[in-house]
Amino acid sequence: MYRDNPEAIAALVRDTEVHKDCYTSPELFALEMQHLFANTWVYVGHASQIPNPGDYYATTVGDQPVLMVRLPDGSVKVLHNRCLHKGVKLVSEGAGHAGRFFRCPYHAWTYKLDGALQSTPLRQGYENTGFELCEASRGMPAATSQVYRDFVFCRLAPQGVGFDEYFGQSLSTLDNMVDRSPEGRLQVAGGVLRYMHRCNWKMLVDNQTDTCHPMVAHESSAGTAVRVWKAAPEGTPKPMAVELFAPFVSPYEFFEKMGIRVWDHGHGHTGVADSIHAAYSPVPGYWEQMVAAYGEARAKQILGEVRHNTVYWPNIMVKGPIQTLRLFKPIAADRTLVESWTFRLVGAPDLLLERTLMYNRLINAPTSVVGHDDLEMYERAQAGLLSRGTDWINVARLYDPAEHDRLPRPEGVVTNGTNEWQMRNQMRSWVRHITASMKQGVAA
Amino acid sequence: MNVTLPSDHDLAGFVLREARLLDDLRFDDWLALFTDDGHYWMPLQHGQTDPRLVCSLMYEDKLLLQVRIERLHGARTFSQQPISRCHHLLQAPSVESRDEAAGLYVTRTAFHYVEARQDEQQLHAGWATHTLKSTPEGLRIQLKRVDLVNCDAAFGNLQLFM
Repeated sequence: MYRDNPEAIAALVRDTEVHKDCYTSPELFALEMQHLFANTWVYVGHASQIPNPGDYYATTVGDQPVLMVRLPDGSVKVLHNRCLHKGVKLVSEGAGHAGRFFRCPYHAWTYKLDGALQSTPLRQGYENTGFELCEASRGMPAATSQVYRDFVFCRLAPQGVGFDEYFGQSLSTLDNMVDRSPEGRLQVAGGVLRYMHRCNWKMLVDNQTDTCHPMVAHESSAGTAVRVWKAAPEGTPKPMAVELFAPFVSPYEFFEKMGIRVWDHGHGHTGVADSIHAAYSPVPGYWEQMVAAYGEARAKQILGEVRHNTVYWPNIMVKGPIQTLRLFKPIAADRTLVESWTFRLVGAPDLLLERTLMYNRLINAPTSVVGHDDLEMYERAQAGLLSRGTDWINVARLYDPAEHDRLPRPEGVVTNGTNEWQMRNQMRSWVRHITASMKQGVAA
Repeated sequence: MNVTLPSDHDLAGFVLREARLLDDLRFDDWLALFTDDGHYWMPLQHGQTDPRLVCSLMYEDKLLLQVRIERLHGARTFSQQPISRCHHLLQAPSVESRDEAAGLYVTRTAFHYVEARQDEQQLHAGWATHTLKSTPEGLRIQLKRVDLVNCDAAFGNLQLFM
């Protein structure tokens, strides 16, 4: 129905409504994997996961098994994680060290770290077979990759939009997170939280800039935390956990005023003027380190940027002020693995990492009460969308017909913090990049 | 000394009764078993020793446990409508160490745990390590550590206590 039918796909995204098939259709999911996740720049991992030559980290981009590897010259390359012989994944998922080459565990074909085929046992058996004309002789296929301040992205499609054009000034959120280290460097730290969601991956992405749900859906968790805390004897110091929970149940006006910025290609962030991360207690010694590293004016500027959630379309969200990155890994139309990663600000006090890890465990763990609130809503939505009562999801909040002409512009556009523009922005990017590589006019 | 030292039998009996309170969904009574500085800890990694600079599934003091318990009964706690139920199947607890001077006792208990909600039932397996403190009111939990055999796996919602 949708394959090679870009007109039908474009019709799924109206100005203020999105068709439910985008969230439920296995066919559209397959097309997302084939086109959207190939044509866009997708996060692979962080270079600190592979510090030494021969280190690799294997993961997925969309439904594609890939690995990133550190080469002897210090550069990073992203390769398809598949032996050219019988298709065996060369390394299992996660981090490891390959040594000087990859060796397939099935028949011992070996590859240089850059993917070139190095040797096959009993090599003479391939003489005069035309092997040099086979796909296998070309080595492991690579993806086009780019490392931006240690964040590794790749584009699986050989041709397409360039990295700088795709992200533009949205990279300022990554800049800010890195600049918060007095040494200008991040390290993946603390371990990754993995949380299985029985819902479409885009529900999670939509939720990142959905500022009208916290005071409703999280009344049960953050609201209860605030209530229990109020019963504590007067003079008790406010625990870090309460400081992290309480802003979730700020009133609508707070979220309206904090603002949303949208950028071209589906990126955007909440928390322009203020955010739920703005009022955390100072960490002893940190400010002095930042001033020593950057000078007072620049340090103030860096720490004054308190962006809430930045979506890098299609499937990550970054929180600069709390040093987390959430990766929404699509598994099926109704199944998503969420990985929540945390970073150490190299050179900064341990207490910052401790706070980051507490935030991650309180908000992003499968044992998190905030997570329970959200997942219940996603799963109910996934079930509710099966209703044939109506076919459309509403994203009309604060829609302005003029918004179509206001992007692209490099600095993005700032608007009311409860605007659903970013959700519309994402789905317009969805149409653009899922159809970009489709054949026209061969619809059934 | 007028406090009788707990026997191995007493310590094991405490661990069994603690699980029974959870299975009976008597969470307030369960929370009262913790010392004021008590913690409930579910590590994220095998052999984890640091709850501060390594992430955990849970590392909660009494305040956070209280929030969790109150939330379970909230009128707008939709992930508990309908509620979850749980079942603990414990192996006989073994006493791992006794520090009579400090009144601290460590037990280890292998378990299978079932959490059920609506038509879904999840099975988890692991080991609970209790650090119990002898107090004038009886034994109390200073630390309950829950190590899952697959602590690093991707789970769906886990809403009650193992």
